[in-house]
Amino acid sequence: MSQLTLANVTREQVEDFMFLEAEILDEWRLKEWLTLFTQDATYNVPATDVPANASPDGTLFYVADDRFRLEQRVERLLKRTAHAEFPRSKTRHLVSNVRIRGRSDSELDVGAAVLTYRTKMGLTETYIGSYRYRLVVEEGRLLIREKRCILDMDGLKPNGRISIIL
Amino acid sequence: MNAPAKPIPLSELPVVWSDKEKHRFKVARRSFVDPEILKTEYDTIFNKCWLYVGHESELVKNGDFVTRIIAKRSVLFTKDTTGKINAFFNACPHRGAQVCRERKGNAKSFQCFYHGWVFGSDGKLKSQPGSECYPDDFNADGQANLVSVPRIDSYRGFWFICFDPEVQSLPDYLAGAKEWIDIVADQSETMMTLVGGTQEYQIRANWKLLTENSIDGYHAINTHATYVDYLKNSQGSMSPVPFEGTGYDLGNGHAVIEYRAPWGRPVAQWIPLWGEEGKVELEKVHARLVERFGKERADRIAFSNRNMFIFPNLVINDIMAITVRTYYPTAPDAMQVFGWALAPNEESTWARKYRLSNFLEFLGPGGFATPDDVEALEQCQRGFESMLEAPWSDISKGMKKEKVNYDDELQMRAFWTRWQECTKARAAAPSVVPNQGDQA
Repeated sequence: MSQLTLANVTREQVEDFMFLEAEILDEWRLKEWLTLFTQDATYNVPATDVPANASPDGTLFYVADDRFRLEQRVERLLKRTAHAEFPRSKTRHLVSNVRIRGRSDSELDVGAAVLTYRTKMGLTETYIGSYRYRLVVEEGRLLIREKRCILDMDGLKPNGRISIIL
Repeated sequence: MNAPAKPIPLSELPVVWSDKEKHRFKVARRSFVDPEILKTEYDTIFNKCWLYVGHESELVKNGDFVTRIIAKRSVLFTKDTTGKINAFFNACPHRGAQVCRERKGNAKSFQCFYHGWVFGSDGKLKSQPGSECYPDDFNADGQANLVSVPRIDSYRGFWFICFDPEVQSLPDYLAGAKEWIDIVADQSETMMTLVGGTQEYQIRANWKLLTENSIDGYHAINTHATYVDYLKNSQGSMSPVPFEGTGYDLGNGHAVIEYRAPWGRPVAQWIPLWGEEGKVELEKVHARLVERFGKERADRIAFSNRNMFIFPNLVINDIMAITVRTYYPTAPDAMQVFGWALAPNEESTWARKYRLSNFLEFLGPGGFATPDDVEALEQCQRGFESMLEAPWSDISKGMKKEKVNYDDELQMRAFWTRWQECTKARAAAPSVVPNQGDQA
């Protein structure tokens, strides 16, 4: 079997990778989730009234984490004092419509649809959106350089918070 | 032998009840759950007070407009072709349809899509299909123009409207809050500006809980333990400054806490994380403040934090970044929140980036702190389900002191005292059978 490279990676392999990520998130294996990211990774959730490709350097987002803050986000979420997620909510990320939208020498541009349910204390909230990933291959493994979740919503109603990882 | 004094029934007590001698300040939880109270709040507060509608930086060019829901009404906030700022009810004078359905943009005119009436950005009717079927003087008295919101005025770039034509002037209404708004507005030499992007969210809790929370220095250590952990974990995210400060009643229900805190401030408290480049940048910002205002005021602007509340529902928090926040009840147990980031228009790309990064660390539904506030407010609302048996909340902290700290509750008492003056509400509806032992 030939080693995975940016040139030969298939949609099915990308899909498997994203399904794995969804499973890891829904099982709260957040430290393991961090291993899916490059050292220069970012995780972004723009506000819902700005362009999908806006930059967090000049636009207000909901989430704009660099690698350090991403690690801190995970560390926080695993504490009892992360009150919004104590007791932990149940989540289910449904990832669909995965497509490789572009392929350069250095990255894959991947798009997908995502529907995430969060249930806590008898209430279920829904986050509807799309994913844009910039994926790289390092040592034969897919890794995320940027994960962007673009919400197809008019604000966070009735969610009130993005206390889980979308 | 004297019979024990009969307790006063709840229905005869005000919602907000205090005993200055015993240093007790109580708020009846009915105020958070009863739909009758919500109706009274709309009648006596939201329909009577000056309400924040938008910021001057949202309407820069002639023709710029924003639509916004203000106390349930859709309001069209425009800068017309002459440069005048206006607020109209976004309802066609013909049959009522919303004339503008976009959140923001630039337009010389607005056409109601229902029958095609066209209005200028000054609200005046410009044309109507089939105008030959109306008398020549149909709009001589302006009755076919968009209806203006009765009052509109601004202070230092913050625009307010009021649905009550008889309301006192905005400067009088803002009372002691003006000098605190000045401290925020003075951070720019050109114009403070709202950075693009709105944080819009709903909390399943009564709106007054967010008022309390926005100016509450007491909860930080507990509720935001993970944020403080984060600051400690980030190499160089803290300056050696302890949390200390004071709360102030600014009159008319407005209040503020002002305090020092260890986090970095883009104007202008340096933290090691920002490096030498940042140090040079912030020293420049500070030096310019000293030139403009003298050292004492410059230091206050640069190094103090302010959580400011303008009655009834505007928060301007000048902390690790500046957020402008307004919120409206949609039900006794639900509110709609809008949050923006405010920044000096002229600040460098470097400063803007760190400002927004600072903002997101703490603020907003995806930050390391606000989600825990949301959780706290929703848990309070759940606690209020037992309000018949546990009818009171306590807001007494610091009452016995001469000078209160930023983490006392004076600022919340200022809000609640004004709230009571407006609503005159009672701790229980007259129909509620009191359960405080008054059958004795």
